[in-house]
Formats: sequence, C-alpha cells, structure tokens
Amino acid sequence: MLKDKKIIVLGDRDGIPGPAIDECIKSAGGEVVFSTTECFV
Amino acid sequence: MDLENQQRIMDLSEKYGAENLVVILGGAEAEASGLAAETVANGDPTFAGPLAGVQLGLKAYHIFEEEIKNQIDPAVYDEHVSMMEMVLDVDSIVQEVKNIREQFCK
Repeated sequence: MLKDKKIIVLGDRDGIPGPAIDECIKSAGGEVVFSTTECFV
Repeated sequence: MDLENQQRIMDLSEKYGAENLVVILGGAEAEASGLAAETVANGDPTFAGPLAGVQLGLKAYHIFEEEIKNQIDPAVYDEHVSMMEMVLDVDSIVQEVKNIREQFCK
C-alpha cells in the first residue's frame, strides 16, 4: 500500500513528528511528496 | 488543520491524483487524528481553510495502524515510533481514523 505511492505526511509535535514518519515511509518504499509537523494544541 | 497545509494537499491531489496519494498521520490523540483524516477525505469540517467543501477522497492512515506498520522496516519503526506507541492511546486513535475512512472513503 505504501510502495510506489506518493505519501503526504502529517506529523504531530506531540505524537510522531514528520521526519520520524518520513524515515518509516522510506523504509517501506513509499515516496514522501510533502511532510509537515503540526501542532494541534 | 493548518490552512497552508490544506492548500498544499489540494495542490498535490491535483498534481498526482487522489488514487496515487496516501496520507500518513502521526497525531497524538484520536480527535485530532480523526479531524485530519476527515479534512483530506471529505473537506475541512471547520470550514476555515481551502479544503472547506472540497472532497478530495484521500485515504488517511495513522502510522500505528497494523496495515501500515507491517510494511515498515521493524528496526526503523522501533527507533522512531515505538516509544510513543507505549504512551499514547493507540486503540482509540486507530479506531477513530478507521471510522473516518469507512465513513468517507470508497
């Protein structure tokens, strides 16, 4: 499901931040096209 | 969701097509994660941003969901995600994002 897909990453400062998710997605073969870390507070 | 991010997501959806995009969330709690999933699927429920009334139909998954987790290198997952998995309410986050997907995505 991630492999060869374009991935939008919406990380959370208080949860999993964007860069951490990016690393996971790359290891699964997905291509991150946009990554951000939001603060939902 | 941040208004600028809504615009970016709308632009990317036009560029790549919704069927080629997957949104991965890292939200710390169920409500915020569900809100983000709803925004990219059915439009901004707060009617504040560019996605107000725009149904992109994008599928959003939380990184905690088994079907996502299973595809990630376990060592990488352990290094970056496992610690937060221990302190957050994984079940309610996963259930909320799944509910939104079932409600709004085909």
